Amino acid sequence: MRVRLTLVKIVLTIVMCVFAVLLLFPIGITFINSLTTKQEIELNYGPIGRINETVVGREMPFVNLKLMPDLVSLEQYGEVLVNSPKFLMMFWNSVFLVLPIIAGQVFVASLAAYALSKLNFRGRDALFFAYLLTMLMPFQVTLVPNYMMADRLGLLNSPSAIILPGIFAAFGVFMLRQFMLHIPYAYIEAAKIDGASHLRIFYTIILPMVKPGLSALVILLFVDYWNMVEQPLIFLDDPFKQPLSVYLSNVNEGQRGVAFAASALYMAPMVLLYLYAESYFIEGVQLSGIKG
Amino acid sequence: MRMWGFCRGLGLAGRIKMIRWLRKDAAVAWLFLIPSGVGFSLFYLIPFAQGVFQSFMEGTGDSQAVSLSHYSELIASGSFKKAAFNTFYFSAVSVPIMIVVSLGLAMLLNKNLYFRKWLRTAYVMPLVVPVASIILIWQILFDWNGSLNLWLSYLGKSRVDWMKTDAARYVVIVIYIWKNIGYNIILFLAGLQQIPKDYYETAQVEGAGRFWQLRSITLVYLTSTLFFVTIMSIINSFKVFRETYLIAGAYPHDSIYMLQHYMNNMFMELDIQKLTAAAAMMALGILIIVMVLFGVERRHRRSME
Repeated sequence: MRVRLTLVKIVLTIVMCVFAVLLLFPIGITFINSLTTKQEIELNYGPIGRINETVVGREMPFVNLKLMPDLVSLEQYGEVLVNSPKFLMMFWNSVFLVLPIIAGQVFVASLAAYALSKLNFRGRDALFFAYLLTMLMPFQVTLVPNYMMADRLGLLNSPSAIILPGIFAAFGVFMLRQFMLHIPYAYIEAAKIDGASHLRIFYTIILPMVKPGLSALVILLFVDYWNMVEQPLIFLDDPFKQPLSVYLSNVNEGQRGVAFAASALYMAPMVLLYLYAESYFIEGVQLSGIKG
Repeated sequence: MRMWGFCRGLGLAGRIKMIRWLRKDAAVAWLFLIPSGVGFSLFYLIPFAQGVFQSFMEGTGDSQAVSLSHYSELIASGSFKKAAFNTFYFSAVSVPIMIVVSLGLAMLLNKNLYFRKWLRTAYVMPLVVPVASIILIWQILFDWNGSLNLWLSYLGKSRVDWMKTDAARYVVIVIYIWKNIGYNIILFLAGLQQIPKDYYETAQVEGAGRFWQLRSITLVYLTSTLFFVTIMSIINSFKVFRETYLIAGAYPHDSIYMLQHYMNNMFMELDIQKLTAAAAMMALGILIIVMVLFGVERRHRRSME
């Protein structure tokens, strides 16, 4: 019986591992290709996007997906980091768009979430429902409102046109409210009896307790805004203000030779942040998903 | 006697204190809400309300009149209908697939497997990988000369132009699942871990089958998680536009032309009123879906009590 159980366990583990490898496959390939020479990349992936074309009278070959490069080299990284100033500039553009959004939204949303989860007032549920609905809307639905407001405030073609709507987006409020619902009311009662003000309660009791929720929010916001494509294309005309996500979608077409290193450098902060805060992140996401 | 009075006095004072606190609560609540509320109204609520108002107007300046012309134009428009159908179809197909697959994987992961923590990390990883950096890999896989067609040719099958036929729909579903499955898995894992183990033990002692356990224990106790996962999956199914846009551009194959493409293109053509009308209709659609979900959840909760 026990042998059979162990056998089942091994088989299941193998199945799950295969699945995990499939999921990680694109990440692995990006990394492997980033260590390949430009020449080899062109050789292997040149046929992409050439439908029904022929080479010297013969049919176009298939791409050559390799799990090991012929020659390991850091050539692409050198090219991206040293020879193309645009990459680093756009990297910083991304950073200066994403950091204010995260800091702002975490600040604004944690205050609002406290009110929506722990204070009683009229219209609370209706207000929360408004946040929830806005959160569900795709970017294009709120595109025109955002655009009109940015235009009226004279923010077009400035990073603020992306940062401000980002700060006030509904997701943080929703997520932190869900999270704060888990905090027993007794903590707040006890602090009230000791004469603490709400601001003090919020700062010294609530915030430390929602640390996992905050970590999860930070990571999810980072993923979302580090990745943004629509907003910069619409709000920023100036190509020098564009973030890296936009640069990458262009690089993919033109300079395939360095695209993999650019991609790897682009995903590195996300992956590292995630690995660093994984346990908090998972706890945060999980607590936001179950009812208290 | 005197003791009693003393106590009652304290109770009353306490009660007054409580009432004062409650009264204060509302005031404090609005103070906490000001930063978010002002920005949220300024950037979302007010302009959206204005936009909806505008979408019912015809003409400009002084000669404005209330009319449904934008909406009737929209409903008559072939590309809007196509986009609306595709968006609905995509969510209606991909969200259930996603939920079933991620629940299945979460249930397996909830068993006592080896490397559980590592597996969980691996499943969540795609979520934190920016799609812009993965687009190349999708091209390598799904291009006319791509790896998938190479593998098909090994099997003696002819090539498929994945992104320019109806197959594009399935490619996008795969991308959507690839990216979001980890998030759902950890949500389901949390829900599963909340179900007391002895429920299953009792059920086993009483001779209940696996299917019965799944239906009558697992799914019943997962309802609130399921509700949350469904909402998040719907949001994420709209977000897959970004990936589609990066891979296939503003005018992709018909089968993956979504409402977001339509609205984006309306914006580029400066057809703002049509765009707001489309946005209002999509918002209405989402509102209806959310109402239905909430209704189902409430009814379920009542039947549990």
